[in-house]
Amino acid sequence: MFEWILSALIIIGAFFTLVGSIGLYKLPDFFMRLHGPTKATTLGVGALLIASALYFSFKTDDISLHEVLITVFLFITAPVSAHLMAKAAIHIKTKQVDRTQNPMK
Amino acid sequence: MLETALLIGFGLVSVALLLSFLRLIKGPDLPDRILALDTLYINSIALLVLLGLYFQSALYFEAALLIAVMGFVGTIGLSKYLLRGDIME
Amino acid sequence: MKILKKIFPHPILTLVLWGVWLLLNNTVGAGHIVLGLILAIFIPWLTSGFWPEKVRIQSPLTLLKFLGVVLWDILVANMAVAKLILGRNKDLKPGFFYIDLDIETPLGISLLANTISLTPGTVSCDLTADRKRLLVHALHIEDIPATIKEIKTRYEAPLKKVFTAC
Repeated sequence: MFEWILSALIIIGAFFTLVGSIGLYKLPDFFMRLHGPTKATTLGVGALLIASALYFSFKTDDISLHEVLITVFLFITAPVSAHLMAKAAIHIKTKQVDRTQNPMK
Repeated sequence: MLETALLIGFGLVSVALLLSFLRLIKGPDLPDRILALDTLYINSIALLVLLGLYFQSALYFEAALLIAVMGFVGTIGLSKYLLRGDIME
Repeated sequence: MKILKKIFPHPILTLVLWGVWLLLNNTVGAGHIVLGLILAIFIPWLTSGFWPEKVRIQSPLTLLKFLGVVLWDILVANMAVAKLILGRNKDLKPGFFYIDLDIETPLGISLLANTISLTPGTVSCDLTADRKRLLVHALHIEDIPATIKEIKTRYEAPLKKVFTAC
């Protein structure tokens, strides 16, 4: 039973990591590409880290929580770096898809 | 069971790494390349966590934590460079 | 009371540092509890020059409820974003829009920007220099006023209640 939960978490995590990279590869402009890595990849790695914490907690009878530290760190830093990259892209006027609705024009 | 899930996980994350790397080579503008690097380091954290589960060793945790911290600093530094044309203030 | 304030200039920072130290060492042994407490008292004291403003949380219960809502929304938003990414590129309607902010504290604004980036198909891009308007990019948007209204009632109202100026 425990192995099933772990396996599900691992596959879900790896799948979301892949979805983030697919978004990075196939979407047409920079601002749309930004969405894949900030959301999907962060959640995917979070799920993998929780799987790791569960595994080491049950294997050694010692609660192992330090994986939570990376999860929290990623969830705090991912939006910050996305914000800065978007700001830099606006600053140097990166191209946008023509159909983007834009109040700045 | 766990073994199979880990192998599937390795496959999926490796494809993710490959796609980010292609974007890093292709990326038409500088922000695209920074974003690709950012994704690349997060994907490598995922790969390290999977390796730690596979070899049943907690040693990989430290490496993952270091990559997370250094990758964040690198992304911030590169974005700041684009914003100001200079890293140090 | 005054002495307590002098020893703990930033009580929340002290607690966070203590927790992080214990998590990093992955133990709750007595030695690490004491060493962590010493570090957690001295680091805020040494760096208090870099933390000019005091953080005060008004109603902790609202903050907890807000955290629950955000965690749930992250899960739901990821399903939605995954579906959008795996769909056809042509169907997506991206767009920028401004949100007029009601909160004024810097911590409240940065938390709101982070939640916007993590939750529905939106990423916060820029803050105007007077801290009044936040520029947001959405991956797929149909009704801009409805989205703004949802962000304001769902995320901004509880944050404003928790972090009022003091």
